[in-house]
Amino acid sequence: MEKLRYTPFHERTSALCQPQNWRRWAGYFVVGSYELTVDREYWAIRNAAGLIDVTPLMKYMLKGKDAASLLHRVTTRNIHKMSVGQVYYTGWCDDEGKMIDDGTVARLDETTFRLTSAEPNIRWLMMNAVGLDVEISEVSDSVASLSLQGPNSRKILNRVCESNLDGLKYFRLMNNKLGGVEVSISRTGYTGDLGYEIWMDAQDAIKVWDTLMEAGEDYGITPVGILALDMARVEAGLFMLDVDYTSSGHAWIESQKSSPFELGLDWTVSLDKPGYFVGRKALEKEKREGSAWKMVGIEIDWVGMEELYAEVGMPPQIPGTAIRASMPIMVGGVQVGYASTASWSPLLKKYIALAHLQKPYYELGTDVRMEITVEHQRKHAPAKVVKLPFYDPEWKKR
Amino acid sequence: MTTNNYDAIIIGGGHNGLVAAAYLARAGKKVVVLERRELIGGATITEEIIPGFKFTEFSYVVSLLRPEIIRDLKLPQHGLKILPLPSTFTPMDNGDYIAGWDDHDTTRREIYRHSPKDAEAYDEYGRRMARLAKAIKPILSILPPDPTSLSPKDLMGLLKLGQFASSLTEKELYGLAKIMTQSAADMLEEWFETDALLGTKSASGIIGTFLGPRSPSTAYVLLHHYMGEIDGAFRAWGFAKGGTGGIAESIASSARAFGAEIRLNATVKQVIVKGGRAVGVALENGDEIYAKAVLSSADPFVTFLKLVEQKHLPDDLIHSIKKFRTRGSSGKVNIALSELPRFTALPDEHVLHRGAVSISPSIDYIERAYDDAKYGRFAKEPYIDMIFPSMIDPDMAPPGKHVMSCFVQYAPYDIEGGWDDTKREAFGESVISTIERYAPNIRRAIIGKQVITPVDIERIAGITGGNIFHGELLLHQLFFMRPATQWAGFRTPINGYYLAGSGAHPGGGIMGSPGKFAAELVLKDGI
Repeated sequence: MEKLRYTPFHERTSALCQPQNWRRWAGYFVVGSYELTVDREYWAIRNAAGLIDVTPLMKYMLKGKDAASLLHRVTTRNIHKMSVGQVYYTGWCDDEGKMIDDGTVARLDETTFRLTSAEPNIRWLMMNAVGLDVEISEVSDSVASLSLQGPNSRKILNRVCESNLDGLKYFRLMNNKLGGVEVSISRTGYTGDLGYEIWMDAQDAIKVWDTLMEAGEDYGITPVGILALDMARVEAGLFMLDVDYTSSGHAWIESQKSSPFELGLDWTVSLDKPGYFVGRKALEKEKREGSAWKMVGIEIDWVGMEELYAEVGMPPQIPGTAIRASMPIMVGGVQVGYASTASWSPLLKKYIALAHLQKPYYELGTDVRMEITVEHQRKHAPAKVVKLPFYDPEWKKR
Repeated sequence: MTTNNYDAIIIGGGHNGLVAAAYLARAGKKVVVLERRELIGGATITEEIIPGFKFTEFSYVVSLLRPEIIRDLKLPQHGLKILPLPSTFTPMDNGDYIAGWDDHDTTRREIYRHSPKDAEAYDEYGRRMARLAKAIKPILSILPPDPTSLSPKDLMGLLKLGQFASSLTEKELYGLAKIMTQSAADMLEEWFETDALLGTKSASGIIGTFLGPRSPSTAYVLLHHYMGEIDGAFRAWGFAKGGTGGIAESIASSARAFGAEIRLNATVKQVIVKGGRAVGVALENGDEIYAKAVLSSADPFVTFLKLVEQKHLPDDLIHSIKKFRTRGSSGKVNIALSELPRFTALPDEHVLHRGAVSISPSIDYIERAYDDAKYGRFAKEPYIDMIFPSMIDPDMAPPGKHVMSCFVQYAPYDIEGGWDDTKREAFGESVISTIERYAPNIRRAIIGKQVITPVDIERIAGITGGNIFHGELLLHQLFFMRPATQWAGFRTPINGYYLAGSGAHPGGGIMGSPGKFAAELVLKDGI
């Protein structure tokens, strides 16, 4: 019988996972939280360093003289401008300019790229590679990956890496030796903090884990599960496939689909890049005419929400973690959108959400109301459209 | 030199002074904070007393800092991070321990080990206290009404309080009446039987007071500390990044961003009063600074008796302030460590070092410590509340090394014969030898230490009597009686002169409310 897979770090992560809180991610078991409460894991990301097993990410290697052309054609970024050692975040669309998936593209050398994604994309890549000199292989299982996120992450890596990381800029990558093991390290992550992702041969996974845990002890390194990661990514204003948007390939109906503009990815859509790319026409049209929807951040007014709970004699009752649920957003009693993920932000002491709003309600500063359930009754808490990311520390890019 | 272009002067750069400055500056006022020392923070400071080791010199945890202040002043954008303190560990004399965790079931099972009855009582006690705290908590966020006043404002205020109390059942109301008068020991003994649990819980009733757990009215102090609990995960409870100095830094940074000016090494000698109105301050260096309002975040004694001439104040106020209880009863011992102390009760466990460690084996133990203090001696075997900041925020000590903060009670301000270096050293020694009984490696782990007595708190932080709350949190010194009846509304008999420190409602602890309320009142008064 087919079973869910363990990641190459399972021997370590399973020994540490106190609450047996496992989650499924792309066919793998991953830790939801290592401790009985997520607080310390969340704060490790924000104040020290959190070590996260992100192996279940889909990973593809694209090799050949046309590898760049393929990615240039599939994604919305100008891949021909990319230098070796650079990493791009990008989405990719169907012909109607609707998002299929999103991930990172890393240029390992002139003709080699690594692409990550949330869901399988090999068929889509191959369909677009017809006539191109490129070899596409999936390395999801053979390449293990760890994400080390937080203000102390660089100090820890510098303790154990052969080459110093001080010069590694935001969204760049380097080859390195970590505790004697060949790794590739990119300055990327899903937390909006200083952080790195480490890519290694799956066989070396345990060695790298142990080296980092030992070197990081004095710097507060903490294994972090995906529940705490979910809170951090909301603060960072980063969305998630299947939670905050639906892949156009999976959508039942048109309205479930989103364009990169509607998700706030304007900066990743290089309409000025030369040549054809998938979705170009539709995206050009949307750019001209404006988007019907937009993903924005909203901040729920805590005092206003407190009042709604006070009516029934209770303090606010929201979970201390991220909530993946659809919550209607209203203006003047009429629904104008919905929130797709909400989270208490322990750092900001605010209740925040990623929301999808219709034109013109997505403008910054718009007063809206978000539906909450107070003692089984639907109420609408006052909220405001704010700029994303909610949290943007200056050391993220420094 | 004379400058005359400020809307408000804030005396004192402690957390309340800075909060007041930030709120006033946020409202577009031109404000200046005058801080006596070379660093801001007052009793909310972090100093590198031993190179590489950052000491949270006085205050060390935060529990009541109002979340609305954090949001209004955008403190997270200015570096504020409040990190969790997940546990409390109390070693016992028989070599065992009792611990409380941030997980309900784990805590219940831990207490069950000692007493199945206490394990159940613990749940009910928590709920009861939370409900009581919820009923009276709104008091913290409103200006205190005066029950003897017939002014519509005060009557409305009282009515509001009545409404909150009406959410309680009759049984709970009786409970509330009892709590207002009982001792912490009497109240807790109605619930629990495990000595170390009783000792640890009763300690919250005596912190910052010159009372023992068997003194009447300490039960209320316990409840006061419970106020933060009801907000659960949404409150600001824990250890601030960089120590409590990190809090002051973030408020100062916010205040500056709003346009406030902060002057260091600026000691105010006197408030200048003209025609019954405060118009500015005279500094010790001879400078005079003028403004439309003067806010003092110093303690009531300094605010009313030192900074202004007494002829400007009514006699009964002077009398009340002189009688205001500000006797310090606690000290601090801050230690730089080469290794963590290893507790006999749990030798290899480091998880507990991330939380608080409480030396409070029983109520009697703490009461005996109080006995020493009553007769003018520091406690030979004191109550100690320890945390290891470097385990929570690794930046507090060099890699592999640690810092330890010990809050110690009792250490009376008025010690027999007065404090001197010998007594300070002996006080520090009593703390070390007490810890040594539970963690034998402590002595060899010490790289260096700093011992702080109430006299040092007075000398360094400028708080009269060295009381950490600017005056004890006793019922007769709270609400409409803080710091004095009729003068609990932050205004003073001198127009344009305001009290904005912990000596005002709702009291001490790193809460920020006195500073916020005072600033709001200044704005309301149209300055």
